[in-house]
Amino acid sequence: MIKDLLHQKILILDGAMGTMLQRYKFTEDDFRGERFKDWEHPLQGNNDLLSLTQPEAIAEVHRKYFAAGADIVETNTFSGTTIAMADYHMEDLVYELNYESARIAKEVAKDFTTKEPHKPRFVAGSIGPTNKTASMSPDVNDPGFRAVSFDELRIAYKQQVEALLDGGADILLVETIFDTLNAKAALFAIEEVKEERTIDVPIMVSGTITDASGRTLSGQTAEAFLISVSHIPILSVGFNCALGAKQLVPHLEVISTKSNHAISAHPNAGLPNAFGEYDESPEQMAAQIKEYVEKGLINIVGGCCGTTPEHITAIANVVADYPPRTLFVDS
Amino acid sequence: MRAFDEKRKTKNGQRFLKLSGLEPLVVTPESNFINVGERTNVAGSKKFLRLIKEEKFEEALDVARHQVEGGAQIIDINMDDGLIDGKEAMVKFLNLVIAEPDIARVPIMIDSSKWEIIEAGLQVVQGKCVVNSISLKEGEEEFINHAKLVKRYGAAVIVMAFDEVGQADNYDRRIEISRRSYDILVNKVGLPPEDIIFDLNIFPVATGMDEHKRNAIDFIEATAWVRQNLPHCSVSGGVSNVSFSFRGNNPVREAMHSVFLYHAIKAGMNMGIVNPTMLEVYDDIPKDLLEHVEDVMLNRRDDATEKLLDFAETVVGKAKESKVDLSWREEPLQNRITRALVKGIDQYIEEDVEEARQAAKKPIEVIEGHLMTGMNVVGDLFGSGKMFLPQVVKSARVMKKAVAYLLPYIEEEKLLNPEAGDADGAGKILMATVKGDVHDIGKNIVSVVLACNNYEIVDLGVMVPPDKIIASAIEHKVDVIGLSGLITPSLDEMVHLAKEMERKNFTVPLLIGGATTSKAHTAVKIDPQYSQAVVHVNDASRAVTVVGDLLQKDTSAGYKKSIKEDYDVFREKFLKRSVKKEYKTIAEARENKFKINWNTTEIVKPARLGIQIIEEMDLNKLVPFIDWTPFFRSWELHGKYPDILDDNVVGLQAADLFADAQKMLKEILDEQKLKAKGIFGLFPANSINDDDIEVQADEEFVFRTLRQQLKRREGVADYALADFVAPKTSGSGKQDYIGCFCVSTGFGTTELAEAYEKDLDDYSSIMVKALADRLAEAFAEYLHKEVRTKHWGYAADENLDNEELISESYKGIRPAPGYPACPDHLEKLTIWELLKVEEKIGVKLTESLAMWPAASVSGYYFGNEEAKYFGLGKIKADQVADFANRKGIKLEKARKWLAPNIVDE
Repeated sequence: MIKDLLHQKILILDGAMGTMLQRYKFTEDDFRGERFKDWEHPLQGNNDLLSLTQPEAIAEVHRKYFAAGADIVETNTFSGTTIAMADYHMEDLVYELNYESARIAKEVAKDFTTKEPHKPRFVAGSIGPTNKTASMSPDVNDPGFRAVSFDELRIAYKQQVEALLDGGADILLVETIFDTLNAKAALFAIEEVKEERTIDVPIMVSGTITDASGRTLSGQTAEAFLISVSHIPILSVGFNCALGAKQLVPHLEVISTKSNHAISAHPNAGLPNAFGEYDESPEQMAAQIKEYVEKGLINIVGGCCGTTPEHITAIANVVADYPPRTLFVDS
Repeated sequence: MRAFDEKRKTKNGQRFLKLSGLEPLVVTPESNFINVGERTNVAGSKKFLRLIKEEKFEEALDVARHQVEGGAQIIDINMDDGLIDGKEAMVKFLNLVIAEPDIARVPIMIDSSKWEIIEAGLQVVQGKCVVNSISLKEGEEEFINHAKLVKRYGAAVIVMAFDEVGQADNYDRRIEISRRSYDILVNKVGLPPEDIIFDLNIFPVATGMDEHKRNAIDFIEATAWVRQNLPHCSVSGGVSNVSFSFRGNNPVREAMHSVFLYHAIKAGMNMGIVNPTMLEVYDDIPKDLLEHVEDVMLNRRDDATEKLLDFAETVVGKAKESKVDLSWREEPLQNRITRALVKGIDQYIEEDVEEARQAAKKPIEVIEGHLMTGMNVVGDLFGSGKMFLPQVVKSARVMKKAVAYLLPYIEEEKLLNPEAGDADGAGKILMATVKGDVHDIGKNIVSVVLACNNYEIVDLGVMVPPDKIIASAIEHKVDVIGLSGLITPSLDEMVHLAKEMERKNFTVPLLIGGATTSKAHTAVKIDPQYSQAVVHVNDASRAVTVVGDLLQKDTSAGYKKSIKEDYDVFREKFLKRSVKKEYKTIAEARENKFKINWNTTEIVKPARLGIQIIEEMDLNKLVPFIDWTPFFRSWELHGKYPDILDDNVVGLQAADLFADAQKMLKEILDEQKLKAKGIFGLFPANSINDDDIEVQADEEFVFRTLRQQLKRREGVADYALADFVAPKTSGSGKQDYIGCFCVSTGFGTTELAEAYEKDLDDYSSIMVKALADRLAEAFAEYLHKEVRTKHWGYAADENLDNEELISESYKGIRPAPGYPACPDHLEKLTIWELLKVEEKIGVKLTESLAMWPAASVSGYYFGNEEAKYFGLGKIKADQVADFANRKGIKLEKARKWLAPNIVDE
């Protein structure tokens, strides 16, 4: 169903979860809630945990993004793997975190779809990069060292994928890919789950071009990245994070010409200022996104760090008048 | 609805094999034959096997790097050897390869007969690899399992024509197996057909056995069948197999390879392993040989093998160079001129240019038309890696001769027709080696290559003071300024010049190059001084694109902006990174000095103390001591001598260059065109106050050494050269010794080079300088050996060959001021004073303390068996102050000279 929609219009993805949660100014106690009040390790900053301790806030953020015009919201599971959760010693909670996050988002999506049946809403299970890289050494003096193996990543991702699907995610979004090998492990895990459950599920893949060099952190050009993730059936490929809408244009142009998949983009609200904050206004960002649609580069667009429901509304308003990028495939 | 993502059709229905390393490789019908580098294969390269066995992974990486630099588009990595843990070696080597962006940019072919090794490899590579290989050998089930994993890991795959029955060795079996494999892969596994590469087995022909007669033709015909009937897949193979029965007869093998490839590529073979040095140009194969080889390859007659064997007898030993093919002289004029430029043949250029001149309306049209057309071909071939630097310099020689021939006519034309202006070149570029520096090989190469691309070069030579550079830039209205330097003080000169250019409101771009320069130094120290574009250019091939981007109207502004941004980002990252290292105080470092047990170590008293002079060194004696590897590097041909002569990619050029070098070397030796002189001294010495060395000559001299301060792991000493000399202690101290030397083979180089330049022969001019440099190094190596075995005599019985000398496996060291162990150039002044170098042998020091003539080497001798080479690394301000104090110089002066080694705090 989402595939059909992609031929009809540009789909809108939501904006940043973290930026919205900051507005709540949650304290260590808020993060802990009743359930984790005696946890032995500090928990402030573990945003994924808020799906268990502050579920209403998470649902509220999803609601704001759907109301702002989003067709797809991302689950609050960016760090939902045993590898990333090790920082908080919460490896054992990974299934529950992903399941609950997907469930909350799905419930909100259902409400909106029921109210506005002409505009169905979807939930994308967010699968982040983890905090370790499989093809780069964290130790400059030992370039052959690796902090994590393909199999460790594959197993961790598989657990996350199963929980997201059980909780009701419609799409899986492998995103903020710094190291393509991490993403390949996630895609491998997804294929395993698909085979074991004999299901099909739309997959979105979104890499991160880290700086003006035009490469991922692991050194690949946009086209090399595209080739490296094109081996399994995916719904869309694109870029998010690290750069603002403007800086993404040349890289989107590359994959847009070279790929037959749908193209997605969810850039940051500009580049960070001197204080590390993102201060591009909704209007400024939407004006940049206009270039995407004028050039016919994209099928899915949303926001990453620093973006808010106001940004998403502004973007949705701009792209509403434009057709999606043509997909050279018969449906 | 069909899942559209399953379909990977492009707009016009074509599907291409797409691979990736850090960069993409898309194989289209327009791609030339894709050459797979196979030197990183333990089964194919003894050297690589040895390196892996000995765990010399750094050197093993060099093997991979050279292949990529040489143009391999994919690298095949194989660790299948009984004495290696293949899985561990594969993972370790791949992890290291991935950390080297200059290697990892190309896709990797993971090659093993064991699936577990292949899978381990697939798990560590982010790009889209090629699996080499799978087959039906062990049955359909295993084949399907492996293929599914290949797909899931995101790789392409080589499928061997092999099944349960055995290897396909005729046309029908090849078709049977490839058709069956294709059906299974595409229909059962769902592998995209463009990800399938068939290896259809290349077997030898002309073996004398009847059943081998159709080996080549069957492969070729099967290739054609596969490409026609199994859509979108590729065909690959290892070519040298086909000529196996003519081992030892290279002319025949080379002809066989090209004939085979000619037909196989026509049939659709689009990938494979070929050694380019073992390949004749198809059109250059003599007609009779061609006929015999084609008879065999295509199995055209029953007695083909016998005929070729008979004919081969007559071909053996005939050197390739002896055949001079002049058929190209029959071609149209433009073809002849282009060929002369591409091949660097100057024999006929004047008559061809004359013919062109007579046909042209104005003589200048010959330059703008015929000659530039040819040079554009040269530029394209060089840019795409199909020509190498020595060839381009030879092309330039032909171009210069042609232009020189035309100049009088052009002048005459100007007199007749004064209002017609000068032809506009692409731009004017000022080139100079900065004040105090005498090295110009790299600068000259860049100048030549730029001149080839129609830029006008204003070359100010070496040791050019900044005011002269500024004045000349204004006078000649240049478009770009290029600065070069080899020694570290030149870095400061460049910074100074950038400041001057800023002060004078220059707007032209500044290019920085030379062995001591780096992108880091350029970004951190030079770029911030000059608000216009500053670009670090480390090789001649990049110089052309950079200057092009800088000067072309449509790219200029964008490029300048992007380069400025690039350097901003780079600088920021660099500065962030460099603060992470920690350093000890000099007192702490001295506590942790390298301790030799002076009670047990052997100290040998030199056989003869004092100074000795070598008035006229016989150059012939130095030849065996030459290390040729850096010679090739100075021409941007990378690889170790002598392996480089057979290198897959640069081998032919390296061999040509080497032949030219040998010829010139012989001339130099026979006609004594260069003169070599040397001086050295051996003296009683002891270390004092931790880091100084007191030398007892006629008067007392003190060498000041510098000590490592970077915090490293426990148990590693912080070295200074003084640690290698016994300390002077009251009473029981032991008497130790030290030496120092200066040798030069550069007397006469300038005159020779100028004579060549006058003759418009830059190639020979650069060559003579490169040779003089090699001879100077050889002299230093020779003299060191003489000192070890005779004059000092502590290693009287050593017996090392040149390989071992180059790898520095001898006892004792000869570090040179200005190099890593003792980067302080000022110490040369002490050596000069002690040995009276200038007075006795005439080698001078410039204001930047470079030696003149340039082909000179100086340094110390340390004889202790525990003495070793090390790099000083960065030092802290406390040592700089202490050093200035010890040396009795102003802190400012010490800071200036040690700047490249001082930590930014």
